[in-house]
Amino acid sequence: MNAIALASAPPAAMRRRLWIERFTGLGFVLPAFILLALTILLPLVVLLLLSVTNYEFGGVSADWLGFKNYAKALADPVIRRAVVNTLVYVAIVVPGGVFGALLIAILVQRRRKTRSLYEVIYFLPVTSTLIAMATVWQFLLHPSLGPVNAVLKWFGFGQIAFLSEPSTALATLAVIGIWQLLGFNMILFLAGLTAIPRDLYEAAEIDGCAGGIDRFLTITWPLLGPTTMFVIVTTMITAFKIFDTVAVMTRGGPIGSTEVLLYNIYLEGFQYFHTGYAAALTFIFLAFILVFSAVQTFALDKKVHY
Amino acid sequence: MAEIALPAAGPVAAPITPAGAIARRLFSLVLIHGILIAGAIFMLLPFVWMLITSIKPPSEIFNAEISLWPKQFYGVENYSFALSKAPLLRFALNGVILCVGILVVQLLVAIPCAYALAKLRFPGRDALFVLVLLGLCIPVQVPAMPLYIALAELGLLNTYFSMMVPFFLSVFAIFLFRQFFRSFPDDIIHAARLDGMSEFEIVWRIVTPSAWPAIAAFSVFSAVAHWNDLYWPLIVISDAKLAPPPLGMMFFADAETGSNYGALTAAATILTAPLVIAFLIARRRFIDGITMTGVK
Repeated sequence: MNAIALASAPPAAMRRRLWIERFTGLGFVLPAFILLALTILLPLVVLLLLSVTNYEFGGVSADWLGFKNYAKALADPVIRRAVVNTLVYVAIVVPGGVFGALLIAILVQRRRKTRSLYEVIYFLPVTSTLIAMATVWQFLLHPSLGPVNAVLKWFGFGQIAFLSEPSTALATLAVIGIWQLLGFNMILFLAGLTAIPRDLYEAAEIDGCAGGIDRFLTITWPLLGPTTMFVIVTTMITAFKIFDTVAVMTRGGPIGSTEVLLYNIYLEGFQYFHTGYAAALTFIFLAFILVFSAVQTFALDKKVHY
Repeated sequence: MAEIALPAAGPVAAPITPAGAIARRLFSLVLIHGILIAGAIFMLLPFVWMLITSIKPPSEIFNAEISLWPKQFYGVENYSFALSKAPLLRFALNGVILCVGILVVQLLVAIPCAYALAKLRFPGRDALFVLVLLGLCIPVQVPAMPLYIALAELGLLNTYFSMMVPFFLSVFAIFLFRQFFRSFPDDIIHAARLDGMSEFEIVWRIVTPSAWPAIAAFSVFSAVAHWNDLYWPLIVISDAKLAPPPLGMMFFADAETGSNYGALTAAATILTAPLVIAFLIARRRFIDGITMTGVK
């Protein structure tokens, strides 16, 4: 009898310890879980329900539409154009923002005295308020008052109304997008470059890879693969969420040439209050983001098995 | 990372004369700095132009001739006009309130949760972690409409609370801190328990201080993101008194119809300055912070 009591004493203490751990664990995650439920999970469910109705914010009733909102969105020429514009924007920002940053990172990394100066200069746009800087860009690119056109004129080119010309507006916004995130990507690449062991370069030199381009192709590029993949995907996601510069500089114009998906969702949802339709558009937006994120997960998996 | 297989020895580089080597080195230096300086001009041009325009008189701004330095210093007029026309300092203060409010709640919520996910065993832990990972893929624009409807129904639009609430939970902070806490030695936690410390004390007095680099990094990341965010404030705030910097700038630009560039650039300077100055002072912290939050 006595022996059993003795033997069960430590497990009892242990069980007590486990109970404490369980309760503190649950208690610690509770606030986060409540917020998760209220600000992400529940809104997602509500959004899903809204997307199958014709509810309009402020209205009293709503009818069940099934997937009509989605069908409408997929057939809507405005939305199609917005998706195409967004993808074109991504297609300009990603190569420019990623490979530009890679080039700058490689050049900056080998500077000893000037490295931190260049880092600060290139990083400055990341911390600046894009909306405020967008106003400055507008002025810089002004057809008659801006210095960019003055320089173009000096070189003998004609005047370009960058932001009011349908053929150049989206590309101009993309250049501003590159300007904003190049420094961020450069910092990520610098971190990746620092992780490459120096002796690999020395070994390569012994093996006859003397030139910079040789070194880059045999060592830097393959070893930087995971970083590059990560930077490409985050840049894709950031670029896909373009909204600020459109909202301030062009409002989708001229003639819809800079209408992008998020701006249309904003207009439908919060200006025209076509809530149900905007909910369906939001899911289309989310689908793109999830595809990009899936690519990222896949890429990070590869990083482990590299 | 595993080592890569180096290609078999290629053609041996031809011997280079010292003079040729120096010439080549000089050439590559000029090329490298040429590219870097050209890029730096592209990066800095808007900032330089903003500062110059903000001290130019209208006559020089609207002059077709481009001058780098104003002939007449007009900074006082531009800045005082901008400050009198819109509550710019109020916008900046709103930005501070917004960032601090969001950050404090984010840390209070995320730190215990991350500790529990990293170090405690409780039912539902893995499921919660999966939710956190899924939450990482959902940008705020997705739950925005239901949140807006709920806030409108509750009569909470146009409040600081409405501006902050979608960001109180940062799944990213939970994820980042969990990674950090996992490497915290279990022995120290056991010893603290034997000393009779409660889990609450262990989190805030032992584990949190050790995670200072991650917390600093996250704070920088969070402040930069919310100081500059336009989308959500644009939706819930219509009262200019509550506008954070980007929305304030938008109101100001709309009111000015984009013609008074001197005042506009003065306003842009005032609203961009706080974060840029903070960055210039703590630039290592900023860059490390963004790197850490970016890479992990």
